Amino acid sequence: MTATQSTEATREREGESDDPSEGTTTAGPILAVEQLRKGFGGIQAVDGATFEVAPGSITGLIGPNGAGKSTTFDLITGVYSPDSGRVRFDGTDITGWRPDRVARRGLVRSFQIARELAGMTVMENVMLAPPDQLGERFWPAVLPGFRGRVAEQERELRERAWETLEFLELDDLAGERAGALSGGQRKLLELARVLMTEPEMILLDEPMAGVNPTLERKLLDRLQELSDHGYTFLLVEHDMDVVMEHCDPVIVLHQGEVLAQGPPAAIKSNERVLEAYLGGEVEA
Amino acid sequence: MSRLSVWLRRGLRALRHPLGGDGDADGARSDLVLVGGLVVGVYALFTVMALLGPFDGVGNVLSQLETVTLLVLVYVMLALALNLQWGYAGLLNLGVAGFMAIGAYTMAMLSAAPDATVPGLGLPLVVGIVGGFLAATLFGALTALPAIRLRADYLAIVTLAFSEIIRLVVRSEAASEFTIAGQRLGTGGANTFPLPPNPVKVLLYENPSEPLVAAVDSPTVAGDLMLEIADVFNLSASQAENILYTLLLLIPVGAFYLLLTRIGNSPFGRVLRAIREDELVAGSLGKNTRRFKITTFAVGCGLMGLAAILWQLQGQGRLSPGTFEPELTFFVFVALILGGSGSNTGSVVGGIVFAAVLLEGPRALKRVVDENFDVSADPDTIIEASQGVEPLFAYLLSDSSIEALRFIMLGVVLVYLMQRQPQGLLGHRRGQAATVSLPTREEEEP
Amino acid sequence: MAVRDNPGRVLSSLRVNLLPALLAVLGLVLLLDLGRRLVIGGLTLSALVRFLWTGLVRGMAIGLAGIGLSLTYSILGFANFAHGDYITVGAFAGWVTTFVVAGVGSVGLDLLVLVSSDASAGELGINVLSTPVAIAAGLVVAAGITALVTVALDRVVFRPMRDANGIALLIASVGVALALRYTLLILFSGSVRTLTTDVPTTAVGVGSGEVVFRAHDVTVVVLAGLLMLGTHLLLQYTKLGTAMRAMADNKELALVTGIPTERVVRTTWILGGALTGAAGFLIALQLGGMSTTLGWDRLLLVFAAVILGGVGSIYGAIVGGLIIGITIRLSLVWLPNELSIASAFVVLVFMLLVRPNGLLGGVETV
Repeated sequence: MTATQSTEATREREGESDDPSEGTTTAGPILAVEQLRKGFGGIQAVDGATFEVAPGSITGLIGPNGAGKSTTFDLITGVYSPDSGRVRFDGTDITGWRPDRVARRGLVRSFQIARELAGMTVMENVMLAPPDQLGERFWPAVLPGFRGRVAEQERELRERAWETLEFLELDDLAGERAGALSGGQRKLLELARVLMTEPEMILLDEPMAGVNPTLERKLLDRLQELSDHGYTFLLVEHDMDVVMEHCDPVIVLHQGEVLAQGPPAAIKSNERVLEAYLGGEVEA
Repeated sequence: MSRLSVWLRRGLRALRHPLGGDGDADGARSDLVLVGGLVVGVYALFTVMALLGPFDGVGNVLSQLETVTLLVLVYVMLALALNLQWGYAGLLNLGVAGFMAIGAYTMAMLSAAPDATVPGLGLPLVVGIVGGFLAATLFGALTALPAIRLRADYLAIVTLAFSEIIRLVVRSEAASEFTIAGQRLGTGGANTFPLPPNPVKVLLYENPSEPLVAAVDSPTVAGDLMLEIADVFNLSASQAENILYTLLLLIPVGAFYLLLTRIGNSPFGRVLRAIREDELVAGSLGKNTRRFKITTFAVGCGLMGLAAILWQLQGQGRLSPGTFEPELTFFVFVALILGGSGSNTGSVVGGIVFAAVLLEGPRALKRVVDENFDVSADPDTIIEASQGVEPLFAYLLSDSSIEALRFIMLGVVLVYLMQRQPQGLLGHRRGQAATVSLPTREEEEP
Repeated sequence: MAVRDNPGRVLSSLRVNLLPALLAVLGLVLLLDLGRRLVIGGLTLSALVRFLWTGLVRGMAIGLAGIGLSLTYSILGFANFAHGDYITVGAFAGWVTTFVVAGVGSVGLDLLVLVSSDASAGELGINVLSTPVAIAAGLVVAAGITALVTVALDRVVFRPMRDANGIALLIASVGVALALRYTLLILFSGSVRTLTTDVPTTAVGVGSGEVVFRAHDVTVVVLAGLLMLGTHLLLQYTKLGTAMRAMADNKELALVTGIPTERVVRTTWILGGALTGAAGFLIALQLGGMSTTLGWDRLLLVFAAVILGGVGSIYGAIVGGLIIGITIRLSLVWLPNELSIASAFVVLVFMLLVRPNGLLGGVETV
């Protein structure tokens, strides 16, 4: 995905389309996780998780609290190194890569508890994200000869940032310190940053927590639309309505391993899943 | 046509940002007023103290102001360099003195004459200065390469240990003079290392490496002019020369400020601030945090080396390993924290306040007291001093006690700042982390 | 999006694995060279034993001083740069006491309280055999006063900052270090004063030569050893010791289980301060002289010991102290005297780079 394409995608938001994805199916999964294991002291947080994510899909990752969802994210994105197992992304073995390298490869994540850069403004947070900024290299940043090109790129990025912020209804807060935002706004800011990195695949850890219902609706449509444009999503979400309506397939983690996976309808009626959720909280 | 208008706009924008500033043009103007006011205040204070001290003519007053100014400029440069590492990227470098020593000694070893008391390679001074800067940068990079992943407190200890290793090696007998590939070289060990004449001397005298008494006999055209002006103000040749040097030092200080403001306002600086706030976030957005931190550390160290060179070349420059003790590092930290780490204008303000008030102020005050009050009693020990108020006063104002009181004051200031005002005088002000102005949306060209 | 494989990363991961191996090889080479020198006679056996013994003496003193630093480092979570000057406080408090006890009535007061720059111990004839009471009194007062000073400074400086992060505390401790050291300088002046005279010695034949054992070196080793043993018993067998160990292990957990934090913190300062003061007194005894930079000059060595042994572990601090002490002395086989201290710093730097959690592993246990 190139810069122009994603800018295009961002600009298309007025003409929202609810068309379901017409199968951007290519050969093989974009993300493959094999026998991933990670223990902390005596606790086995992830215990042999194995699953695949198809390109262009919105895959749901659900499971009761402590099932190992966030740790799985951390293992995929290099925050922790797995004790054993492999992570393959788009044909490359990325097991144990540092987070920045994973992100540059095109796999970007958000955090469950929003990690806004509190001392920077909302706009600065968003401007940070785009990759390959000329002004991030030392010499172009300081040498006068590059000044014009750096400023030009900054203007382009600022334009894109405005669009992203407007879409996420954060534009009024652009000059605000990120630390002053509400919980829901911080989640949106995380999403804005992730979108600005032009990734191929996005891991979202409970992106809707604390977001108002209208905006949530809009966000979900937006995810759908982005996935139509070739983005792949792996979504951790607690709201089962959301998962069942928008995710396909759905993967259920329980005690660090995959309990079930398949289309939402099958998951909904899966006995073992209901059992894991203690008394069948999973009703759509 | 539209290209022309883009160029025009860019030019206008550059005009509106003549000083860079921490933020926009208004910010730059108010910064200028602040710094200017501070400088005027410092000069007024020191002029009064110089007049109340043993008044010894205008030349003497000017010379005292020059001493303060030199220190101020040196600490402004050092605080700016440290601000890049600590204020922007959060790298706790307690080895400032060591990297300064590397810069200064490399410069000296490259440029000292081969037949001087401490022999060097005899290369032109420019080569020495650039070489010293590069050596400090290189050592910074070599330190950072393995050390940058350490926790902040461990990085502090490693860098402090590193600077002590440098100092001990520089002052060791083994390093004082040695031969590499038939070339005699040395640091002078525990003794001083006389430096080659600085560019100002070269500008002023035909034989700049002669002692000053001899050198003034054959001035250049510029030297003639300076000596005549010096006569008007009743300045000695060395005083005039020092004043000229300090005035010229404003150029590199300005360059330091512009460079660091430019870094701070660039996308590079934006990543540094992100790293300082939450390194994992910066990494998760694809920023190679190691590369940013190593570059920042190396550049900061190089600038510290350069600042040390420009400082030590002044006057009858001599290097001494005693200059580069860890206290020097703490001085720079006090200056930075005082002004407010994270803000370049804060670093400038901190450098001014620190060097003028905390470093040079007590000395000037002592001269005033010595001149105007009778403190003839001169007790040797604190026991003798505690016999009465006057002996105690006299004891505390002795040369060694004044130095010690200065350090105690620094310590107390540091504790106070960390407890009450960790953001410093200007720390609440933050620069904008972008090359273009951010909060307002620019209208697109039709 | 293109794959950007950074060759630097391959290099850096290689380096991380290579460094310990490289150091092991270096250590082996040095060991072999040591053997070679012993065989061909560049180094006599007695010289080697002398290096090891004096290294042990220094190491015991550094280790003792390190216990307090290690405790506060793990329980309060910051590197205390004032610790070196706590050592100096102990040395001065203790030696003023020793001088007063040994010489009260015989010489003037300003000589006895060490403030006179021409103070000389000659007239008092202080050494461990002729004035044992004075030295014992000095040791006790050194420990007591230093404990008081550390608690007082905690009250004024560190306690109001309990919620601050470790770096803010570290920087504040630099301020404390400066203020403390230069206060001592005003009180006592900067001169180096002699403390002991006519220290008894015993020579023991080793190989073809002999090793001289000074009474004060033996005293330092014995007293430091006893104090370490006492600390071990205190921490192992008292309720307060258990609480301190719990807090060093996991502060949050300790808080949840209802351990009274402030009391444990105070006890930590008292214990650490007392041991540090005693160490300062013993270091000055061993050197036979002191100035106000006594502790500051050794701060990095104590840090080296603590980090080498693993922050939070008192046994680690002791082992680290011994390694540092022996490194400093043994480096004399290869290095000139003036660089021997630098060798300890090199060990510290490499240790932090290779195994930042210390030799005794990463678990922070008292």
